[in-house]
Amino acid sequence: MEEFHKNLDFDDNDSILVFEKLCKHYHLGQVELKVLRNIDLTINKGDYVAIMGPSGSGKSTLLNMIGCLDRPTSGKYILAGQDVSLLDDDRLSLIRGLHIGFIFQSFNLISQLNIIENIEVPMYYQGISEYESAARAEELAALVGLSDRLKHRPTELSGGQQQRVAIARALVNDPLIILADEPTGNLDSESGAEILAILEHLHEQGKTLIVITHDDNIARHSEKQIHLLDGRIQRQAYSR
Amino acid sequence: MLLFRLKRTVKLGIKSLWIHRLRSTLTTLGIIFGVSSVIAMLAIGEGASQHAQEQIARLGSLNIIIRTVEPPEEQNVTGQEQSFQEYGLTYKDAERLRSSIPNVEVVVPIRRLAQQAWYRNRKVAVEVIGTVPWHLETSPIRLERGRFLASVDMNYKQDICIIDERVIDELFAFDDPLDQDLKIASDYYRVVGIVSAQSPVSTARGVENEIAEVKRQSGANAGNIYIPLTTVKDRFGEMKIQLSGESGASVEKVELQEIIIKVAAMEQVLPTRETLDTLLNRFHKKDDYQITVPLELLRQARRTQRIFSIVLGSIAAISLLVGGIGIMNIMLATVSERTREIGIRRALGAKKRDIVFQFLSETLILTLAGGLLGIVLGSTIPYLVTYFGNMPTVITGGSLLLSFGISGAVGITFGLYPAYRAANMDPIESLRHE
Ligand SMILES: Nc1ncnc2c1ncn2[C@@H]1O[C@H](COP(=O)(O)OP(=O)(O)OP(=O)(O)O)[C@@H](O)[C@H]1O
Ligand SMILES: [Mg+2]
Repeated sequence: MEEFHKNLDFDDNDSILVFEKLCKHYHLGQVELKVLRNIDLTINKGDYVAIMGPSGSGKSTLLNMIGCLDRPTSGKYILAGQDVSLLDDDRLSLIRGLHIGFIFQSFNLISQLNIIENIEVPMYYQGISEYESAARAEELAALVGLSDRLKHRPTELSGGQQQRVAIARALVNDPLIILADEPTGNLDSESGAEILAILEHLHEQGKTLIVITHDDNIARHSEKQIHLLDGRIQRQAYSR
Repeated sequence: MLLFRLKRTVKLGIKSLWIHRLRSTLTTLGIIFGVSSVIAMLAIGEGASQHAQEQIARLGSLNIIIRTVEPPEEQNVTGQEQSFQEYGLTYKDAERLRSSIPNVEVVVPIRRLAQQAWYRNRKVAVEVIGTVPWHLETSPIRLERGRFLASVDMNYKQDICIIDERVIDELFAFDDPLDQDLKIASDYYRVVGIVSAQSPVSTARGVENEIAEVKRQSGANAGNIYIPLTTVKDRFGEMKIQLSGESGASVEKVELQEIIIKVAAMEQVLPTRETLDTLLNRFHKKDDYQITVPLELLRQARRTQRIFSIVLGSIAAISLLVGGIGIMNIMLATVSERTREIGIRRALGAKKRDIVFQFLSETLILTLAGGLLGIVLGSTIPYLVTYFGNMPTVITGGSLLLSFGISGAVGITFGLYPAYRAANMDPIESLRHE
């Protein structure tokens, strides 16, 4: 992993991730389903990107690819200067744990664990000591305004609170990129607005955010919108 | 670092198992029973072999023991209440055995009587053993003080005796027993030696039963008194009169209760047994003797032990197998229930081996807990077997370690597949799983 860290020394304007002619195909029996076709994409450090498009257009597939949960069928994926399309499973797991923060539509908290333990999970896999990780988890719980709920189970929280826990968990290892797949999709507009405010705040702190959304409100906040259609980038737009 | 992980993983495992405590408990039952039967099996096996060895040591592996037994009841033709019976081993038998059977090194003729011994005003039930000076060659008892019988004692029918430690315990509170006089029946005998106590052989019959009965009545577990065979013949005769009913009486004449024969080498034991059986058979029309070969007892004990081990071993193997399969089944169910959790953990940086570790340690916690409970249960079974089944058992530390090891091995064997299955699930699909 040493080399990977070394490769992280790049200029502010440098691209944090680059897709070159990236394709993802699924085989369903005889039929080959082309979910992503020749995607060329560059995202810079500190960008706030919204991915939009109709259902089934390949948004989640693209996001999973960025998050190293999936491997391309063909093409290149360069993350922080390193080609990750060739890495083995252990390496990809390490990258996910260190450099990617996931936020899901359905929160995806572990129901057996309480809030603080949920936030600690990514640190556990990086071997951070119990003491240190407890302190960091509490700090992040405070950041998302949940200091008084540390020992609660996820099921005892509202959707908006659960998503805040998920955000705290995503931030815990100080990742390069935060990926969110419809983070407000399961929330009412008020909680949704809260989540958006937190994301906005993270962006202001210089985090790289990539968010899938159907919500024009989020899109308006973002700097760059990528419109997918049928596995292709239909257009990219820049606001601001 | 590794220790820290282990601690967290074990904590997590216990937590997940605790959520489904009933399920976890039921799952471990198979292991509990398996482990307890392993321990019980080993304890019974060990007990049987120690018991057999003790018995052999007591009876002597080079010995052949011939005992007088009451012949099967004969029809009383006259219908009279009184009867006279003469049976059993004789001095002639002993003489014949010594002179005509090759390989025989020592022949010890023995007369046994149930009697009461007095010292001052104290009384104890004892077994009087009329024997010869070379008795000790066939017996594990040791001379502790004084002397054993000598040939002069035989020739002059001396009124002397050698007592064992149990008699001392009963009769002599403070006095030194050596050179004291004991009263048995109506005569006095001088104590010339002290020997170690010999616990009664479990195959005891006839006279020994009677002695046991007398001892039970007197409430004491008293010992043996050794007296020259010639003296015993002189003082007590060979007749035994038993009163039965109102006027009925039966008279029995028995010369010797026992003849112990010692051969030179182990491999001569069984052939010699055959020869002497043939010889005795020629002179005994009635079925009035019985031959015991300690060596054969050992073989028999081993055979019984082997059967026990096979039966218990199969029970143990089957329950461990069934227990293991049960655990695998539950772990597979757990893995598929927790598919989404696995997906989440993978997305948050868990490597495949982290997932393997997590589920394997859950299985191990289950089986090792089962192993511990099995050890507790398994350690009580041998006591019950000893108490109700009257079988000796010995639990060794090795058997506890072994069974704990077995439960760990079961955990790893049956936990690996579910754990690998969990680790190899596609993270994206797991995340999508409801
Ligand atoms: N494992 C798979 N096997 C086969 N087809 C798949 C697989 N995963 C995704 N697809 C297909 O790929 C296409 C894109 O799926 P994806 O989840 O990326 O869409 P999406 O844009 O996120 O849609 P939505 O807005 O509904 O979430 C869909 O047609 C889907 O059926
Ligand atoms: Mg989607």
